[in-house]
Parts: sequence; structure tokens; C-alpha cells
Amino acid sequence: MSSSGNSFDIVVVGGGHAGCEAAAVAARMGARTALVSFDLRAIGAMSCNPAIGGLGKGHLVREVDAFDGLIGRAADAAAIHYRMLNRSKGSAVWGPRIQADRSLFKRAVQKMIAKQENLSCIEGEAAELIFEQGRVAGIVLGDGRRILAEAVILCTGTFLGGTLFRGEERLSGGRIGEASAQRMAAQMREAKLPMARLKTGTPPRLDGRTIDWARLDEQPSDADFWTMSPLTAARRNPQIFCAITRTNERSHDVIRANLHRSPLFTGAIDARGPRYCPSIEDKIHRFADRDGHQVFLEPEGLGTHLVYPNGISTSLPADVQLAMLRTMEGLETVTMEVPGYAVEYDHIDPRALRPTLELRAIPGLYCAGQINGTTGYEEAAAQGLVAGMNAAAAVVSRETPSLDRANSYMAVMIDDLTLHGVSEPYRMLTARAEYRLRLRANNATTRLTPMAVEAGCVGEERMQWFRQREIDRVKWNEALDRELGAVELAGKGLPVRPDGGKRSLREWLRFGGVELKDLSRWFSDGFDPESEIALELAEDAAYAPYLARQDAELRDLRASETVPLGEGFPFASVPGLSREMVERLDAARPETLSAAGRVPGITPAALAALLVHARRRMGEAA
Amino acid sequence: MNTIFALSSGQPPAAIGVLRISGPQAGEALRNLAGALPIPRHASFRTLRDVDGSVLDQALVLWFPGPHTATGEDLAELHLHGGRAVIAGVEKALARFSGLRRAEPGEFTRRAFANGRMDLAEAEGLADLLLAETELQRRAAVEMAGGLLSRQVIDWRDRVLTCSARVEAVLDFADEDDVAVLPPDFTADIQGITEEIGKALDAPHAETLREGFRVVLAGPPNAGKSTLFNALVETEAAITSPSAGTTRDVLIHPVALDGLPFCFIDTAGLREEGAEEIEAIGIARAQAELEKADLVLWLGPEGEGPVGAWEIETQIDVSGHPCKAHPRHRVSGLTGEGVMGLKRDLVAVARVAMPRPGQAALNLRQRSLLGDAFTALGSAAAESDPLLLAEQLRLARLSFDRLIGRSATEDMLDALFGRFCIGK
Repeated sequence: MSSSGNSFDIVVVGGGHAGCEAAAVAARMGARTALVSFDLRAIGAMSCNPAIGGLGKGHLVREVDAFDGLIGRAADAAAIHYRMLNRSKGSAVWGPRIQADRSLFKRAVQKMIAKQENLSCIEGEAAELIFEQGRVAGIVLGDGRRILAEAVILCTGTFLGGTLFRGEERLSGGRIGEASAQRMAAQMREAKLPMARLKTGTPPRLDGRTIDWARLDEQPSDADFWTMSPLTAARRNPQIFCAITRTNERSHDVIRANLHRSPLFTGAIDARGPRYCPSIEDKIHRFADRDGHQVFLEPEGLGTHLVYPNGISTSLPADVQLAMLRTMEGLETVTMEVPGYAVEYDHIDPRALRPTLELRAIPGLYCAGQINGTTGYEEAAAQGLVAGMNAAAAVVSRETPSLDRANSYMAVMIDDLTLHGVSEPYRMLTARAEYRLRLRANNATTRLTPMAVEAGCVGEERMQWFRQREIDRVKWNEALDRELGAVELAGKGLPVRPDGGKRSLREWLRFGGVELKDLSRWFSDGFDPESEIALELAEDAAYAPYLARQDAELRDLRASETVPLGEGFPFASVPGLSREMVERLDAARPETLSAAGRVPGITPAALAALLVHARRRMGEAA
Repeated sequence: MNTIFALSSGQPPAAIGVLRISGPQAGEALRNLAGALPIPRHASFRTLRDVDGSVLDQALVLWFPGPHTATGEDLAELHLHGGRAVIAGVEKALARFSGLRRAEPGEFTRRAFANGRMDLAEAEGLADLLLAETELQRRAAVEMAGGLLSRQVIDWRDRVLTCSARVEAVLDFADEDDVAVLPPDFTADIQGITEEIGKALDAPHAETLREGFRVVLAGPPNAGKSTLFNALVETEAAITSPSAGTTRDVLIHPVALDGLPFCFIDTAGLREEGAEEIEAIGIARAQAELEKADLVLWLGPEGEGPVGAWEIETQIDVSGHPCKAHPRHRVSGLTGEGVMGLKRDLVAVARVAMPRPGQAALNLRQRSLLGDAFTALGSAAAESDPLLLAEQLRLARLSFDRLIGRSATEDMLDALFGRFCIGK
């Protein structure tokens, strides 16, 4: 390949969370990468709520971080409030979440992008795809410049046909100029990609100086030290508090009286919105018996007075929004800086994607983020990582890590998207991960960094940190293998039956009442039972019986993963498959038997027919 | 792949016996027995000969080259004279060809399925189907999948799904005031489902239906077991059963009494000391039969039989026979006195132990999966950590799904979002 200035291995279009991770990981893996953004100053911008992480989402952040991604470290650099959600529950569902100062976050991302070798940023509008011999060969920018590449990754958010709704107002959205975007959109249409429309919304932004904070319940930042990325050594920013208020009957009356002015109810928007993030008018309509809904008031940064009221996304007219806000405690005299609105946009049916996030119909073209029907920075970042990694692996001829539902939330998401498609903006939830007991936010490094190292995704700094951590882990594992009699434990006042026999410390941790810190006296010096690695191993020990039971289930799963159906499997010619089954399978095009089993509505009988046919094809090929 | 053969028609003796041969060597086997291959799909009359040239039978033979055959493989059919010896002779000759063996139960069906020759629409309960070992089980599995058990399991599954949604709401939307804690009747709901599954597990098994109600006659030698055995089975219609067969030590005789399948088993005399070697083997077999028995008729000294056995006083026609203080029945195998009463009693008891029409008779696999669900729900009811509670509920749902073949996560999310007002 030529090394001229406009020829790269990979071009990433879009500088949001998906685009930045895609470009950065491709570059880390040694692919010469270009990141194209219409405004280089907007790279790393947080377009909606000023928070990173949360339940399920925190897992994704830690997983991207385990691949040496950007989002975890950028979140720490910008964090002005740390909160570990679900702390009272088992650690597998803890959700690390931070509130970020938008400008600090953007600055941190841009700094990492700038430092990254093999990565060039190009300002311009991606106008058109270049095709050569049936695959993508690069892009043409709005000003006519051609950028050649082996693979193109589209991380363009909602640029395809976005419309903003606020009451009776309509605005054409999409960050790329309409004229140029239309050329690329037309190309995508020619490829006959299945498209669908989704809706999402955002709440109004408030002026924090007009909120009566003193009357509201405060939520302080967590006092104990934890960070999004284990590479972050310290919290850098001052920590500020959030507050909680509620809607009440008067707020609901205001909304009910104006429902006829909401585009959601007038029928102007007919796309499906997210069930887990309904607009306030939706909540009041569907759950009429509730007399109030919580609203979290989240400051948007240290240098701004903007406040994000989490829980009241809305597309009501601006005057109704203000009237509703002022019915709430603490907001009686609030000023609204920007009213909320709803967005309706096109997305690609992600069943058109391979598990690598490459479009099946257009070799070399990958898609990541909102364009695939997802919502959220974390979901976007994780897809960006997966797309970038796969595109780079193809270019530099490396194996890609084998991510599956049992080792990562990332794979759960990709699997859900590519097999189920989406009927609402897809958001990660821990409930989606059937093996979540083993997929904890705090063991992402152990689960994934070895794969990341193998795939060449990990830079020198994390490499060193990880090597040391592995040494510590081995030491801790040895320490936990030490056997101790029940008598000794009971003698130190631990709640075990003295006739409980002799067990390893690891086994003792499985019984209620024995915690790692209770065992401190039996560890030598230098073993800190509060250390991150110690807590992880103690949790492994506590969950061990459940994990062992899942292992059997996973053996079945992985056995059927090894039955490949392969690209272009002739579902229609499998004897005995009903037309309905063929249609479902053709839409999702599962690549393994086990993936076929996760396509909604596929019957066991159909699976058996596939198995038989796949075996016969393998026999013929051999 | 082996070539398999089996008698595909009913038990001999009968007017004809149809032997099927399926697999790659079917053609060669047919040539060896009957000379040149007949025209495909045309009946032809041939003399079948053993390797030494001796005549086995004169038979109608058919040749179906694969793959458009019942099994999807090369297939030959021999329509023999239906006598036991004729059929046994031909089977013996076939077994001597290399690459041929007797078919396992259900193997023709399995091959037909594996080769895409079977209609899948009727086979929604596929896992059952593949595990099914007899034609009877297969039919039961297909009926079950569309019927009774499925509806019951779907009901349990939906109720567990509701419980799961409640727990997931607590786990994923903990900071929202709508769903902070589990409702007070939550544990009772789970216990209710657990109890229902427990009842289903206690119900009569499919194996009882298939193999008959097993009645073992036990007692020391010369207690009159064989005489009573003969009196019980002699005039009754014999039925076939997968476990039918006679060993020199244990005599098994399946019969139908009043329309119910029974299996009477006469054991070798139970005597431990001084047993000769052959007799000792017989005694071990008798012990094994006792363990599998649904009911033991005890003909030995009163109170010395297995727990739950019926005390039977026998040989009442003989004066001075050993009397029992509290016999359930007094019978004479020789004169038939008391035998009718015993049979009526047996029928009454067996009828309760048999699955009734409309009652799901679970097979081993179904019992094992429902048993897993039962255990998981039992643990769930006692679990206080919502994360582990959710895991137990997931395991229960996994068992249900394996029983009926559905995936569940998306259903659970539907239940979750339909019920609660969550989301910021």
C-alpha cells in the first residue's frame, strides 16, 4: 500500500464515542488510521447527558477500558461526581457511574487521540463512499478530496434522516450538511440495506443558579476511592453533589392538559422510543396511578451553570416544559436555558451486520454506534472498539479476540443486535447478560485484558500495569489456597462451626459471615485485603458454586458455537424448515448454530434441521 | 456409518414379517441374500439363502436406493414368512455380514430425521424426539409437546418470568422509587409454583405407562411363587414390553389386566446361605427386580418381606400350609381360590399409579428438567441476595425453556417494562 497522505488502512467517519474508540484501537493495533470529523474541535463531545457509566453501562466502560480504550480514562479525567449504583446488592450488578464535566471529557479524549501513533485526524465532511471491485475502497470528502482505505467505519450517529420535534416545531437534524450526507445515504439505499426509524428524547437544560438547592435532598459523590479505569491513580477534580426533586400532581396536570400538543401523542412521531427511558408525558400517560416521579438534578460541569434534569425527557412545547418545571420543589423560579426535544432518526437494521459489525452487503464497510439502533455513549464506545478491532485485524492479518456472551457485555450487545435487531433504541442492562455473575464490572481486566494483549490492542503503560497485576494475582491465588481448620477460625471469633473441617481460605469465603478482611491475620505482610485484586478473588470465591453450575451450561453453548453455518448458508434449501423460520434466519443470518438458537422464534426442531444440514455440508466440504 | 436392520412389523408369529435394512451396505446385503438387486421400487419374489447356500425363506423383496427413501439411505425390505424361526434365521444371517448390525430402538426414525426425511412440523418437541427410544415414546413426545405438559410448563414459566421481572427491576432500576423492594407476596408466589411442580413430579411416570405396573412375586423357594405367577398370567392376554424376556433366573411376563399394562415378575427363591453360584446370580437379579418393583407380593414368612410388600398367604388348598395372621390375600394358585380378588386389588392399586387421561406422564428427561426447576425455585424462595435469587430464577427458566424450547431474555424485558414505570 502506498504511504501517500491520503491513503490509509482504515478510515473512521465520525468523532463521537464510537468513532474515537474505533480509530484509537485500530491505530493501537498498528493500522494506519484516519479519523474524519466535520469539526475537529467537536471530537469527544458528549451530546446528551453529562454522565458516563451506570448499570450495565459501567460494565461496558470497564470492558472497553480493559482493551486499553479511551472512555474510562476520559471519564476519570472529567469526573466531578462518582457514584457506585446498586452498592447494596451483589457486586456483579454494581454500576460505576460518574458525572462528567463536558469540556474536561472532550479535552481528555482529544489529548489521547492526538498522542496516538498511526492516527491522523482529518477535518471534512464524508460525502460519498468509493467502491472498487465490490468492496469499499475509501471515501470522498465534501470538498472533493479522496481518502483511500481498505476499510471504512461509519460512526455517524443519527445523521441519516434525523428530525427534531418540540411541540409543534420541526427541525431537520443531523450534523453533516444535508447535501453531502444525501449522497452517502443514497449509496446506502442502493445497497438495499434494511432501515428503520427510532425515536429518542432529551430533557430541558436548566440554569443552576435559579434552583433552590437548599430545599432539596443532596446526593454526594462517593467518599471511597474508586475510578472508572484502574489506570487512573487519583481523582483530579473537585467533587460536587447532585440533588433530587420529584414531579407531583400539579406537574402531571400541566402535562395532561397539554398532551394534545406533544408530537408523541398527535401521531407526528410514530417511531418506537425506548421503554427504559420514556418521556415524562409517556410515564404519566402509561402509569397514571403514580403521583410522582423522581428527577435527578445533575450539574453539567465545573465551569458552567447548566443543570441536566434526569428523568423528564420531553417533546412538549417549550412553554409547557417551563410551566411543568416550575411546579416542582426547588424549581419554582427556575430558568430554562435550552428546552427539551425528541429526535426521530433512521438506523440500519443491525441484523444486516456480521458479528464483526461489517455490513454483510458491503464488504469493508463497518458501522458502530447509534447508526446501529443503540443509544448511549457506552454502547457506542463498545461497538466502536469492536468494529475498529475487527477492521484492523482484517487489515493487519491478526486474530480477533473471541468475545462471547459468557465473557463480555460487549458480546452480549453485539449478539443481541445482530441476531434480534432492535425495536427500540438498544441500551445495555445487566438483565440482558445471562452469565452476569461472571461478568462483573470489577473483573473486566481479568476477563478481557489477556485477549486484548493477544490481539495487540494494549499500549505500553497498561501492559506494564497488567504484568504487575498478574504477578499479584498469582500471589493472591496462592495465599487463598492455604488450608485452615474450622477450629482456628472459630478460635478467632469467626462464625463457623468448629466441626466444619479443614478448607482453603477460598472455600471459607463461600460461607456467609466470613469475609476477606476477617482472614487478614492469615495473610503475610503486603497482602492488602482491600486491594482491587483481593476483592475480585474474594468475589470469585463467593460465587464459585454458581459459576461452576454455569460452566456446564457454557460447555453446551460453546459446543454449538463450534458448528459453523458460515457466510451464505442456504437456509432456504434446508429440508423441513418452514417459510417463517427461513425468513427469520435470512434476516439475522446467524454464523453458528448456537447463534441461530438465539434468533427469536427459532424452534428446536428448526435448529436440529440446521445442525443436520450443517454437518452434511461440512462432510461434503471435507 | 453402519447399516442397520430390524423387524419393522409386529411381533411374530404373524402372517408375514417385514425386515428393513437401511444404510450403505443395504444393497450388498440384499445381493448376498437374494442374488441380483431387483428393479428399484418393484416387488420381486426371491429365495433367500444363507452364506452356506442353505435356504432361509422364500420372500418378497424390495429395493429402494437412497436418498429418496423413508430413511434417506439405501433401503431394502424383506417380506418374510412371519414365523419366529424364519425371522430369527434371517436376522442371524444379516448380523454375520460385516458392517451390519441390529438397529437400536428408534434408530430408523432418528436416521430419517437426521437425513431430513421427516416432517418437522409434527416434531416441535424435538429434544424429546431425539431422546425417544421407542416408537411409543416418540408418539408420546410429539403429543406432549403440543399438549398438556407444554401448556403447564408455559404457565409456570410465565409466572416465574413475572418473578424474574420483579427481581430484575430491583437489580437494574434500584435507584428508582417505583421498584426499590420486592413485594411482600413474592416468596409465596415462588413457593406456590414450587409446590405445583412438586405435585407434577410425584405424578405417575411415563415409564410406568410404557413398561407396565411391575409386580414382583418374592419369597423363599417353594413358597408357591411360580404356581401363583402362572395363575396370575396364564389366562391373561400377553402384551409386549421393551423389558419383556425370560432369563433362567427371573421370569417376566407382561399382561393386560382390565386394560391396564402389568408386568409380573417371578424371582428365583430368595435364599442367601448355601446358594450355588448360578443360583446366587439369580438371587442378585431378584434383588434388582425387587428394587425396581412398583409392588411386591410377599409369599414368605410374615413380616420378613420388603417394606410395603403385600402379605400373601398361599397354598391355602394344602392343609397345614403356613398361615399368616394378617394376610392381605389368601390364595391358591392351584385351585384359583382368591386369585380373582387379588387381581381386582392389583387393578385398583395400579389404576391409581398409572397416569390418568389428561394427566401428563413425565419421562425421565422431563422429570430431570422439572426437578432442576424445582430445586432452583426451592433455593430461590430461601435466597435473600436478589442477584443470586435472579440466578436461581434464571436456572428455573432455563429448565422450562429446555423442556419446551424457547428463549427468554426478551420476554423477561417485556414483562419488566410492561409492569413498572422505570427509566430516567
